[in-house]
Amino acid sequence: MSVDLQTVVADPAAAERAAIRRTRAGTRTRRITIGVVLAAAVALVGAVALSVGESVISLPDVLSTLAGQGSRNTNYVILELRLPRAVTAILVGIGFGLSGTVIQSLLGNPLASPDVIGLSTGASAAAVLGIVVIGLDGIAVSVIALFGALLTAAVMYVLAWRDGVSGYRLILIGIGLAALLLSVVSFFMTRAQVTSASEALVWISGSLSGRNWSQAVPLAVALAVLVPVLAVLSRVLGLLGMGDDTARGLGVPVQQTRLALLIVAVAIAGVATAATGPIAFVALLAGPIGRTLSRDGGAALLPSALVGALIVLIADFAAQHTPGLPLLPVGVLTGAIGAPYLLFLLATMNRAGRGG
Amino acid sequence: MTDDEPTGTRHTLRGEHLRLAYDRRQVVDDLSIDIPTGGVTMIIGPNGCGKSTLLRALARLLTPVGGTVYLDGRDIGTVPNREVATVLGILPQSPVAPDGITVTDLVSRGRYPHQGWFRKWNAEDDDAVAEALAVTSTGELADRPVDQLSGGQRQRVWIAMALAQRTDLLLLDEPTTYLDLANQVELLDLLTDLNRRSGTTIAVVLHDLNLACRYADHLVAMRAGQIMAEGKPSEIVTPEMIKEVFRLDADVLRDPVSGTPMIVPIGRHHVAAPTATITDEVENTA
Repeated sequence: MSVDLQTVVADPAAAERAAIRRTRAGTRTRRITIGVVLAAAVALVGAVALSVGESVISLPDVLSTLAGQGSRNTNYVILELRLPRAVTAILVGIGFGLSGTVIQSLLGNPLASPDVIGLSTGASAAAVLGIVVIGLDGIAVSVIALFGALLTAAVMYVLAWRDGVSGYRLILIGIGLAALLLSVVSFFMTRAQVTSASEALVWISGSLSGRNWSQAVPLAVALAVLVPVLAVLSRVLGLLGMGDDTARGLGVPVQQTRLALLIVAVAIAGVATAATGPIAFVALLAGPIGRTLSRDGGAALLPSALVGALIVLIADFAAQHTPGLPLLPVGVLTGAIGAPYLLFLLATMNRAGRGG
Repeated sequence: MTDDEPTGTRHTLRGEHLRLAYDRRQVVDDLSIDIPTGGVTMIIGPNGCGKSTLLRALARLLTPVGGTVYLDGRDIGTVPNREVATVLGILPQSPVAPDGITVTDLVSRGRYPHQGWFRKWNAEDDDAVAEALAVTSTGELADRPVDQLSGGQRQRVWIAMALAQRTDLLLLDEPTTYLDLANQVELLDLLTDLNRRSGTTIAVVLHDLNLACRYADHLVAMRAGQIMAEGKPSEIVTPEMIKEVFRLDADVLRDPVSGTPMIVPIGRHHVAAPTATITDEVENTA
């Protein structure tokens, strides 16, 4: 732009500059506050989960055990039993929260979470196939479940493609695929031996019981690779939220970035599902809560991730300590909370005119 | 135009033999257009005539089925998307403001094409955003969430985002829709300021014929995917042209304020006899 005389005399936009600086500082403070509060809540619930179980270990003892100064007893209970379970809960919560909010933002629809659009069902179908038909167990089930989720996503994307992918079509095709895959799951379950069927049933309801470091470590490694990629892409995610035309007008290669984001989000949902099975509706719930908390037009990745972790931690703690219902899988509990929300979404969506 | 000709590079935009379609529905066939550099172009035409489609193609939001859009003589489809965005800004018809985003953050997004993946926010970005807020008088709104603003304020904020992009070419698709008359005039004045002060080439799809005639250096009238007439409004706007483009009888008068053509439509009702005054009319019916 040309330099006009005014800029030589004084800064004509001094007031605007001050307002911009003030606004930015306000947004940053809010973001940091929300992040710190949520992280503290996760740490607190995590500490309670480590401390309370069949035996209660006091918080100072928990901390000294974590610092490497526990007794043989606390070392075993905390480091081998409770810590891997809590860490897995936090990691899958982060994973479901992130993948849910990213896919919802990408497709511009709060319904579009991996559990509604069939990704989790794809993972379940593959896992049940693995457990019941091939006789896999342990980490092998996780690997085949991951491939199930990725394959489902690929099929969904191809079926939804028509000169680009629209969010609505992808969701409808995903729901259709989920129905198909659910019948695959039922078919294998009815053909299965009782023992492998009950093992498969626990897996597909999503369970944290008996998780040890062999689930937590691969999940942590996968997230350590995928989350930074997502963080780099997150700025573009915000731009995509302004509509395809606006984003492309600002220089975003819309289809390519959307595909890249979708792949990363599906992979995250896949590795999380692989570790614990599909913990129902965490991905559906975490995004809207995270985005409502932040409400600054950003991608809200951090709040959604932490809300996801918080939901899984609390739900797992509640599932373990519900009187009269021992060994309740955590997914049954989150399902009981999430399903009414899903109904609420479906009931209000078209009335608000947000269906398209 | 004004005598203080701005300095800097002048970017050109034209389309040749454009064939535009959505899915298989063809909207525009074999249309060529040259957007006058440094001028204000207004594109008018009845609903569904393809004016927005043409604007989207010129802004590379829609890939032509046939023909080519040239930006500075280069096929716009071969220029990297981000490079285009540093030269050409587009404000689409219905941009979406993400929930809760502040005016500052939204306008700052106009700086995206200048930034790249890892480049940090710098002083030039600050200048561009502050200036865009100042020019559009949205400085007092800087910390407000966009979804709490009125329609007129919101439209000014979107314009500010496009301005922060600091492009030599600016295309706008019906920017005055949903605005009351005062806001429409204010917005078109703002675009004229921008054109005169910085030499920005502006192309606007507009519904209001009289405002288009008043504010355009170059008027393009479209019907059924074709350009029926183009040129200076005072040279091309006639009752015959309006009849041909809009299938509407109209008188064309001289706008008493601007001296540009003013279109007065003639419908089936409320038409006084050509020579009658209002009092004659009242007496006759009495």
